Amino acid sequence: MHVPDGFINAPVSAAAGVVAAGAVAVSLRGARRELDERTAPLAGLVAAFIFAVQMLNFPVAAGTSGHLLGGALAAILVGPYTGVLCVSVVLLMQGVLFADGGLTALGVNITDMAITTTVVAYLVFRGLVKVLPRSRRSITVASFVASLLSVPAAAIVFTLLYAIGGTTDVSIGKVATAMVGVHVLIGIGEAVITALTVGAVVAVRPDLVYGARGLQQKLKLRVGGELVDAAPDTPAAAPVAAPVAARSHRKIWVIGLVTSLVLAGFVSFYASANPDGLEKVAHDKGIDSKTEEHASADSPLADYGVKDVTDARLSGGLAGVIGVGVTVVAGSAVFWALRRRRTSEPTSTEIRTQQSV
Amino acid sequence: MTASLEVSGLAFAYPDGHQALFGVDLTIGRGERVALLGPNGAGKTTLVLHLNGILTGGAGTVTVAGLPVDKRNMAEIRRKVGIVFQDPDDQLFMPTVREDVAFGPAAAGLKGAELEDRVRKALALVGMEEFADRPPHHLSFGQRRRVAVATVLAMEPEILVLDEPSSNLDPASRRELADILRSLDVTVLMVTHDLPYALELCPRSLILSEGVIAADGPTGDLLTDEDLMRAHRLELPFGFDPASVAR
Amino acid sequence: MGAGHAHRLYRAGHSPVHALPPHTKLAAVFCFVVVVVSTPREAMWAFALYAVLLAGVAYAARVPAGFLLKRLLIEIPFVAFAVLMPFVAEGERVQVLGMSLSESGLWGAWNVLAKGTLGVAASVLLAATTELRALLLGLQRLKLPPLLVQIASFMIRYGDVITDEMRRMRIARESRGFEASGVRHWGVLAKSAGALFIRSYERGERVHLAMVSRGYAGSMPVIDEVSASRAQWSYALALPGTALVVCLLGWTL
Repeated sequence: MHVPDGFINAPVSAAAGVVAAGAVAVSLRGARRELDERTAPLAGLVAAFIFAVQMLNFPVAAGTSGHLLGGALAAILVGPYTGVLCVSVVLLMQGVLFADGGLTALGVNITDMAITTTVVAYLVFRGLVKVLPRSRRSITVASFVASLLSVPAAAIVFTLLYAIGGTTDVSIGKVATAMVGVHVLIGIGEAVITALTVGAVVAVRPDLVYGARGLQQKLKLRVGGELVDAAPDTPAAAPVAAPVAARSHRKIWVIGLVTSLVLAGFVSFYASANPDGLEKVAHDKGIDSKTEEHASADSPLADYGVKDVTDARLSGGLAGVIGVGVTVVAGSAVFWALRRRRTSEPTSTEIRTQQSV
Repeated sequence: MTASLEVSGLAFAYPDGHQALFGVDLTIGRGERVALLGPNGAGKTTLVLHLNGILTGGAGTVTVAGLPVDKRNMAEIRRKVGIVFQDPDDQLFMPTVREDVAFGPAAAGLKGAELEDRVRKALALVGMEEFADRPPHHLSFGQRRRVAVATVLAMEPEILVLDEPSSNLDPASRRELADILRSLDVTVLMVTHDLPYALELCPRSLILSEGVIAADGPTGDLLTDEDLMRAHRLELPFGFDPASVAR
Repeated sequence: MGAGHAHRLYRAGHSPVHALPPHTKLAAVFCFVVVVVSTPREAMWAFALYAVLLAGVAYAARVPAGFLLKRLLIEIPFVAFAVLMPFVAEGERVQVLGMSLSESGLWGAWNVLAKGTLGVAASVLLAATTELRALLLGLQRLKLPPLLVQIASFMIRYGDVITDEMRRMRIARESRGFEASGVRHWGVLAKSAGALFIRSYERGERVHLAMVSRGYAGSMPVIDEVSASRAQWSYALALPGTALVVCLLGWTL
C-alpha cells in the first residue's frame, strides 16, 4: 500500500502531511510518557522489529503471499503512541532509503499505514479487553479482531484520500471494492499472525504487552525471608511503567478531534475550490449506460476544453500553493513548539530519569 | 587509602518477587584485579547493576571511591564505574565506533579537542584506532568486545567492571583482551565463568553463591579447593590443573 | 536493512554530488519531487525535461544507468496498477489496437507512471550518493525532531542484528524440516515473530542500561555537526530550481 509520488494530488498530500506531522508530534509526547528516557532505544528496537517482521511473508491463497503491516502489533505490544512512532519511522526510512513510497506521499502513507492502523487497532483492542473477561484468551481474541479491522480501515482511509485527491479517474466504488476486498484478505492473515504473536508474548512475558497491563498481579518483595507488598515507589528493574490508560483515552480523543478538524477543514476547502469531484461522480453515473456513444463521439481531446482546463489548472494550482504553504507553516510550528518544549524541559526530564532508574 | 569499591549488607529482590541478593559484603582496593565467580543465577549480574546504581532500593550500601551510590551523585558514580556488558551489540549502539566511544564523555559534557583526545586515547588502549569510522556491526566479535571496553575506558573510570569478558571469543581474541586488561592501570572487577581466565588475570577471587559472598581469597587457592568448588557448582575445564600453572 | 541493504543502495564515490552536505541533498530531492508532483500532466515535455535533469545528476554522480534502472523496479506494483487503469477507468473511450481504453484512464496511468518514476529515481539517486549515517544527520539538520532521528538511528543500528536473528530462527526452523507453504503454518511464523519481539524488546532494555551506564539522561550528546556553505546550498538547489522553471512553463504554456 506504499503510495508513490503523484498518485494523490498535491493539496491532499500536503493535508495528509499536516495530519501526519501533528499525530507524530502528539505521539512523541505520548511516547515519552509511556517510556520516558527509554523511548529512543526501545522505540528504535521495536521499529527494527517491525521492519524485520515486514519481511516475514505469509502465504495467502493461490501462491501469493502478503506481509504484515505491523501497526496493530505495535499498538498492542508497545502502546499507541510508540506504535505510531515506530511505524512512521519505518515508513520514513523506507521512503528515504529504498524509494518505497514517495517522499511527497509520506504524509499519505503515514496517515493510513501508521496512524489509522495503530489508532483503530488500539481503540478496538482496549474496547474489547474492557468487555471480555480478564484472561489471556481475551487478549488473543481482542488482538485478532483489532488487527483484522485495522487493515481494511487503512484501506478505507486510503480510499477516502483517493476520493478527495486521487489523480486518476477510476471510480471510487471500484477503488473501494478492490482495496477493501484485497485488504480484508490481507487483514485475515495479519490478524492471525498478530493474535498468535501477541499470544506467544503474553505467555512468556506478559509484562511486555502494553495493552495487557491490567492483567498484571500485585508485586511482592521478599525482605528477611518474609513476603511484603512492594512499596509503590520501589524502583523497578523491569520496564513496569505506570499504566497511563486513563490519560491515554483522553489523549486519543484529543488526537481524533484535532485530526478530524484538520481533515474537515482541508476537505471542505478542497471541495469548494475544486468541485470536479462531485461533478465527476454525477457525470460518471450518466456515462455508464451509454459508453459506446461517448467512445465514438468527438476527438478524445475535445473534453479538455480550454476554458475548463484553465479553470481547473488555476484552482488546482492555487490549492497546491496554499496547501504547501500551510504544510510549511504548520510543520514549522510543530517543530518550533517541540524544540521550545525540549529546551525548557531538561529539569523535569532529569527528575524523571532519576526516579525511573 | 580509600577502597575503589565497598559493598556492605547488600540485599535485593526484583519486583516479581525473586530475591537475588541476600547481604553481599565485599571490598576491593584501588588497582586490584578481582574475579567474581559463581554459578548461573547466583546474582552476579544483579550485583553488577547495583555498582552504578541502575538497581537500587534494596537494603545495604554501595560505595565507590568513598562516594555512596545514591540518587544525588548518580552522574558522578556512572562516570566512575565503567561496566562492559556481556553482549557488545548491547553496548555499541551508535552508528560509528568513534561516536560510540565519544558517547560517554560527551554525555559528561566534554567537547571539541578534549573529546577527540579522549576518544583517540581510549581506542589506542585497545588497539582499535584505525577502525574509528567504521560502523560497529561491521567489526568482528572480538573487535566489538574491544571497542566496548574502549567506550568505557574513554570515561576514565575508577573501576572497570566486565561481565563475562571472554565469552564467545576465539583464543587469539581472548589473549589479546587479556593483554589489554593487564596493561590498564585501573581497578578491575571481572565477572566470569572462565576459571582459567580468572586465574590468569586476577590474583584475587570472590565466589558469589545464593546471593552472598561464599568465599574470598587468592584465585589459585579457591580453584584448588575441590570441596568449595563442588559446593558452588564451579568446575574447571577438562584437563586444567590450576596447581600446575606457574603464577 | 542496515549494512546489507545499505551496501547495495549506497555507491561509494567522490563525485561532486557525493560531496554535498546531506541536508542540502535531502531538501533538493524533496523540493524536486514537490515540483514534479505539481506539474500538470498534460505538459508531457516537462516530464521529459525532468528526466533529463535527473540523468544529468546521475551523470555528475557517476551512478550507472543500469544501477538506477534496477532500483526503479520497486515501483512495479504501481506500474501494474497504472497498466490496468486505462481498462477500468471511467470516461471517454478511445480505440487502440482494437481495445477500448478509457481516455482519462490513459492520462491517469501516464500521470502516476511519470510522477512516480521521477520520484523513485530522485530518491534512488539520493540514497546512492548519501551514506546512511549522513542521511540521518541531514534529517536532524533539517529539524526533524531529535527523538525521531534517534529512533531511526537505533532502527538502522539494530535492523541488521534483528534481521540476522530472524534469519537464524528461519534456518533453525528449516533445519528441522519446516517450510512455510500454507495457512496452517501461520502459527509457527507467529511464534517466531513473538520470540523475535521479546528478543528485540529485551535488547532494547539492555541497550538502555548500557546507555544509562554511560551517563545518558534522555537526550543524545551532540558529537557530529554538518553544515553547508551558501555555494553548496545553491549547487544542491540548482536541481529543484531548474525544475521549478520547467514546471512554471508547464503551467503557462
